[in-house]
Amino acid sequence: MLTLTTPFETPLHRLPAGLKLAALAGTTLVLVPLGDLRLIGLAAGMVVALHLALGWRLTRHAAAMLRPLWPFLLVLALWHGITGAWAAGLGIGLKMLSAVALANLVTMTTRLDAMIAVLERVAAPLARIGLQPRLLALAIALVIRFTPVLLDRARQLIEAWRARNPRRPSWRIVLPVTLMALDEADHVAEALRARGGL
Amino acid sequence: MERNLTHIALFAALIAVLGLVPKIDLVAVPITAQSLGIMLCGTVLGAKRGALAVLLFLALVALGLPLLAGGRGGLGVFVGPSAGYLVGFPLGAFVAGWIVEKWSAPIGIAALAGAFAGGIVVVTLCGIAGMALVLGKTLPEATLLALPFLAGDLLKVAICAALTRGLARLRPEALLSRA
Repeated sequence: MLTLTTPFETPLHRLPAGLKLAALAGTTLVLVPLGDLRLIGLAAGMVVALHLALGWRLTRHAAAMLRPLWPFLLVLALWHGITGAWAAGLGIGLKMLSAVALANLVTMTTRLDAMIAVLERVAAPLARIGLQPRLLALAIALVIRFTPVLLDRARQLIEAWRARNPRRPSWRIVLPVTLMALDEADHVAEALRARGGL
Repeated sequence: MERNLTHIALFAALIAVLGLVPKIDLVAVPITAQSLGIMLCGTVLGAKRGALAVLLFLALVALGLPLLAGGRGGLGVFVGPSAGYLVGFPLGAFVAGWIVEKWSAPIGIAALAGAFAGGIVVVTLCGIAGMALVLGKTLPEATLLALPFLAGDLLKVAICAALTRGLARLRPEALLSRA
């Protein structure tokens, strides 16, 4: 399955994941309470500069990941255009874009296995309340393995529907997809037990 | 034990699949079925397993897999304006599952009530709070932004109830919320 990590390397890729996540948490905590438009503008400028310093290719990737935010920017523009509080709207919009862009930057420059390693380390204390880290790792592996399998079978069901019916598949298609997930869960549970259980 | 784990994992995969398949037709309006997946986790798996399945799904999104509807994912979605909805997802699944577990009404009715309370009330309230925070608006103002989604969500509640009832009839032992 595809991940959101960029297919090319930047210097940021080589930093440890834990460090990047800690830096992200710290920066976001500083960024969110900012109220002065000049400070917000400065922060946003630094975020843009950071992207450009890492290369044009990465900047384009980052811009594409921000695209789903445009309806919210439109709402802000309309809202603050009508009320006349332009400065406030600009501040809110820039802050939102900067926070999301920084978080996306960590995602784009950190490989999935490094992220999973951090999650396992963070989740280790949960062993005391019964959540074993190896069970979490197994669950993650199962989702990564079975999402493409289920997706493939769901697409086959939809194809079959299209062959029979000129209209778009209706919600009824969700029932066999859910049954497939339930059946697969039983099969995998049996297979795990057959191999000695958890 | 094995069954619990695999059901949680496979339903996390199901949420992803419902967000990634081409849009399905809902009385002439194409929708993504991801929030339907959240409701089903609760009504089919029950409160605890349903919430854990949703949390597992969100963990994979945070790790950097593009599993949210439209192929979105990564850490950015957790600080964006829709982050409140993501926080509401596991709580909503828990509430939906809790109602189906505790209320011994016929499964269709219990699932309808559960999906409404969990999938709409809880998720939307969290979503509104999130939008109010990120977009710097008051709660009533953010509520206006959430209203356009409610019509589609109401239809999904009805569909979730119909699907849960269908599953209960086809595969009663698979309905862990009533096991």
